[in-house]
Amino acid sequence: MNTVLRTIAFAGFTIVSAVAAPKAYDFKDPKGVNAIQFTLDSVLEPIVGTASAVEGTVTFDPADVAATKGEIEVEASSLKVPNAKMTEHIIGAEWIDAGKHEDISFEFSKLESVKSIGEGKWSAVAAGKFTLKGVSKDVLVPVTLSHLEGAFGKRINKPELGGDLLVVRGEFTIQRGDFGIQPGKNEDKVAPAIQLTFALVGGAPKA
Amino acid sequence: MTPAPTTPPTESALPPEKTIAAWRILLRGAGAFLMLYIFCVWAAKGYHRGWSQNQVPVKQVDPITEIEFVTYEKRFVPGLDYLGGGLIAGSVIFAATFLGRRGPKPAQA
Repeated sequence: MNTVLRTIAFAGFTIVSAVAAPKAYDFKDPKGVNAIQFTLDSVLEPIVGTASAVEGTVTFDPADVAATKGEIEVEASSLKVPNAKMTEHIIGAEWIDAGKHEDISFEFSKLESVKSIGEGKWSAVAAGKFTLKGVSKDVLVPVTLSHLEGAFGKRINKPELGGDLLVVRGEFTIQRGDFGIQPGKNEDKVAPAIQLTFALVGGAPKA
Repeated sequence: MTPAPTTPPTESALPPEKTIAAWRILLRGAGAFLMLYIFCVWAAKGYHRGWSQNQVPVKQVDPITEIEFVTYEKRFVPGLDYLGGGLIAGSVIFAATFLGRRGPKPAQA
């Protein structure tokens, strides 16, 4: 009898652990939706562009959102603005220097001030290291997370696959001079602040 | 007393006729046409008051995640830099026709 009870308890624990275990969400989106938008104020109009080659993994557990951690990387050469000449200039050696510093990344090990803002939705602050042009700085990024259970397969038209999606949205501002991008130069033409906005989706197929 | 008879002025004493060289007229027309053409192209393509674009961002929404993302469409939208450059080039051509113009010859005695 004892053995049966023990077996049932063990099976139950295994199932609960499997369900509640943190899952790794892959942010290399098969539909190519992921992008980070950057905005710099300038003469005439703000320069608005995107960086779309996003990769990375975030480990997330809806039962313990504060323990969420991960790293998101963006290929610097994927930066693009509507004017091709301006794009060349931005990824060139004087600005981002994408040839030498291939990736822009954000790595965080936990979430702070986690608050539930709805079913499967949380707001939090990700404390981590942001690296641009080879310079790393500690930043606090306010984020919102949406956990879409069972949406992974549905999104790629294979609902039988199951799996979950994690959508992370956020916005923060950096000073280009802090990252060695034309510090103190041309500030009357291009603002020193760069606003970064992101809405990224990561997928975790059913194990 | 009878008035002294008036003698008709000799040809050399007449002021020179106001003539403009043909190349000046042509260049003036070309300058004006360029400015008008540039303005019309800029206006026809949407009066864009920012920088010129050769890949235009188009916003789309992913239906499942509701993420708004941008794709780029290859087409040219002239901006104020295009308009300004064209107007300056046209004005320079137009203004060049006034350079090196000789004034009227003084009347010979």
